Amino acid sequence: MVETGHFALVLAFALSLVQTVVPLLGARLNNQRLMAVGGPVAVTGFALTALSFAALASAYASSDFSVASVWENSHSLQPLIYKITGTWGNHEGSMLLWVLILTFFGALVAAFGSNLPATLRANVLAVQGAIGAAFFLFILATSNPFIRLNPAPIEGRDLNPILQDLGLAIHPPFLYLGYVGFSICFSFSVAALIEGRIDASWARWVRPWTLVAWMFLTGGIAMGSYWAYYELGWGGFWFWDPVENASFMPWLAGTALLHSAIVMEKRSALKIWTLLLAILTFSLSLLGTFLVRSGVLTSVHAFATDPTRGVFILCILTLFIGGSLALFALRASRLTTGGLFHPISREGALVLNNLFLTTATATVLVGTLYPLAVEAFSADKISVGAPFFNLTFGPLMVPLLLVVPFGPLLAWKRGDVFAVAQRLMVAFAAALLATLVTALFLDGASVFAALGVGLAVWLILGALTDLAVKSGFRTVATGVMVRRLLGLPRSVFGTAFAHLGLGLTTLGIVGTLCFGTEKILSMHAGETVELSGHTLRFVGLYPAQGPNYAEDRGRFELIGVSGSPVGEISSAKRFYPVRQMTTTESGIRTIGFSQLYISLGDEGKDGSVVVRLWWKPLVTLIWGGGLMMMAGAAMSLMDRRLRVGAPSRRRKQASALPSATLP
Amino acid sequence: MNARLSLASIILLLALFFAGTALAVKPDEMLPDPALEARARALSEGLRCMVCQNQSIDESDADLARDLRVLVRQRLVAGDTDQQVMDYVVSRYGEFVLLKPRFDLRNALLWGTPVLLLLVGGVFIVLTARSRRSTATNALTTEEQAALDKILGN
Repeated sequence: MVETGHFALVLAFALSLVQTVVPLLGARLNNQRLMAVGGPVAVTGFALTALSFAALASAYASSDFSVASVWENSHSLQPLIYKITGTWGNHEGSMLLWVLILTFFGALVAAFGSNLPATLRANVLAVQGAIGAAFFLFILATSNPFIRLNPAPIEGRDLNPILQDLGLAIHPPFLYLGYVGFSICFSFSVAALIEGRIDASWARWVRPWTLVAWMFLTGGIAMGSYWAYYELGWGGFWFWDPVENASFMPWLAGTALLHSAIVMEKRSALKIWTLLLAILTFSLSLLGTFLVRSGVLTSVHAFATDPTRGVFILCILTLFIGGSLALFALRASRLTTGGLFHPISREGALVLNNLFLTTATATVLVGTLYPLAVEAFSADKISVGAPFFNLTFGPLMVPLLLVVPFGPLLAWKRGDVFAVAQRLMVAFAAALLATLVTALFLDGASVFAALGVGLAVWLILGALTDLAVKSGFRTVATGVMVRRLLGLPRSVFGTAFAHLGLGLTTLGIVGTLCFGTEKILSMHAGETVELSGHTLRFVGLYPAQGPNYAEDRGRFELIGVSGSPVGEISSAKRFYPVRQMTTTESGIRTIGFSQLYISLGDEGKDGSVVVRLWWKPLVTLIWGGGLMMMAGAAMSLMDRRLRVGAPSRRRKQASALPSATLP
Repeated sequence: MNARLSLASIILLLALFFAGTALAVKPDEMLPDPALEARARALSEGLRCMVCQNQSIDESDADLARDLRVLVRQRLVAGDTDQQVMDYVVSRYGEFVLLKPRFDLRNALLWGTPVLLLLVGGVFIVLTARSRRSTATNALTTEEQAALDKILGN
């Protein structure tokens, strides 16, 4: 099975080379038969990669320690679910997942792209094949997951305990679906540049792909954030770590792309910019691969000690980013610019959105790379951490969030900002009221906290106003309104949901950062502690044994108003003997949208335990907002006009309509 | 993309650097004066744990982070202002310890990027919009207007 997987991987590499060369040649020579090769090759390549991945997963599931990667990252006592997720919980396996998703997207284009112009389809598949070829070669040359050990070890070295969590089952696949999903937008852009033209079908195709990738990336980042929150044991939800930034940059650029693609699809304006943004978004994904894989983040010197993988990815990076940008510089002037618009219009609002999002992306990029540059070009070392990003990224987001509610309400081409402001009066008044109430009535609320709450309310009500206005709330009878609301295009709901999610996330962040409380103390069994109106009694520390770890579980009782316990929270310290590592399992109880968070520290000599407690108001909204954004994207994808093959279906429906209305 | 699960790997990296329990500030380090302790916490958030991956000393469990936390508190008790504490720590450990780099010439590009890009982008957008409006949307000439009126039947 393992050798079959290895062989399939080599075959997939060979096929990716065919997929690169033949369709490209076909498009150049305008030869239909050569172009038609792309589709079946892409589908077969995906099937082979899937076979290869399945072979590795089965080696992991059956604890086949004769495979080096399994031996290094698995253990026979691990629960089955972590044995399987362990497949991608390491460098080699995660790269295989990466190419699996890449070929999957390529196969989707091949399967559903029959309504694309033949040359465009051939070129897209060729570019997709080229990316695949580069990464297949990378895996086979530097990160082969199928290397065997002889003699085979009896027992494995265990998966890193931190990764033995359900988070590993969801976070990486979602993240990769996002990152790699943007490769389709990239391939479409490069294909358009090769052809030297962009037509209507280009925009209609790129937007849903952007939506899909963005949806998964949003989910992946939100999931990762929640995972870090409960697993690391100090309750932070975002650390501005370079590795996090590596996933955040494509998200920011992707969000900009999502919005500019709307303008391009509806008004055929911003063509060149959208194309560039698509290239940049995927380039940032590739850059992230380099940053994380090469070890350059820990130190420029760490990179220099084992540069094989790093240099390889750097070459891939240079080839694809450099190549596509050079092509862009050569060909962009050939593309025609379209649709004119007045600065005060929905297009104008979306341009503003792009300006701020792009600047924010660049800020994160510079902040992430600056320490590397300083270290490389001088003897000094500097750090760029959370305080820097909060000071620069924060102020960039505020004006952007302030104008979000205006965007969807402005008309295309030429909008009336005063009319829109009038419609947003209710939302504005409510936001103002929320600000005042927070400032006056909530203890310990700073001016920033009050304004933050106001901003969140503004975003949430702004999103609802959009739906209300478009369904004719208060201007038509309720029945008519409900019918209109249900009849609104799905994409209108998508926008409203995503913007609503943004408001919820903002509210969660403001609530946690501004109104959260914390207590650090030593507790003996039987002692109680109070935190923001919640009384907790420490019951005691109880040892327990898990499948591949031993733990000390600290039990706490939540005491109700009557003085009797109303619930239990338990937090544990786990010891994994194979890796000799200790992890903290935080104890969390969700109350409404807020959470009580308990983390255990060291045991004292007198039998006391160091306990760290947090009250995190509205914290779940941070990720709830992320889910809401995903729902928005899903809703937008269901919009009739975006469905794959929708134009042909609509035509059929239109012809069917008259006969249906006949008596 | 990034071959390792991005957040998973920070978790991993963090774990490698302090394979202990994740509890940073300990009760025995804390100052009795709540105002002074609050200042110490605020300062700690801006100081990097030198042996960790992008972690402040307030979050880190490493021994070196603990030493720094104690040092910060000692300086505060001795009556230093926040600025004096930071200067003292930087003089001992170098600028690497600051999570917020200083505003100076070397870091000009770092701090300047957001402002610069916003300005350049804004100016570019305004200029493009202007040039396109002046070239593309000219008003109708009198003859065209007359022809249009005729068609519309005025």
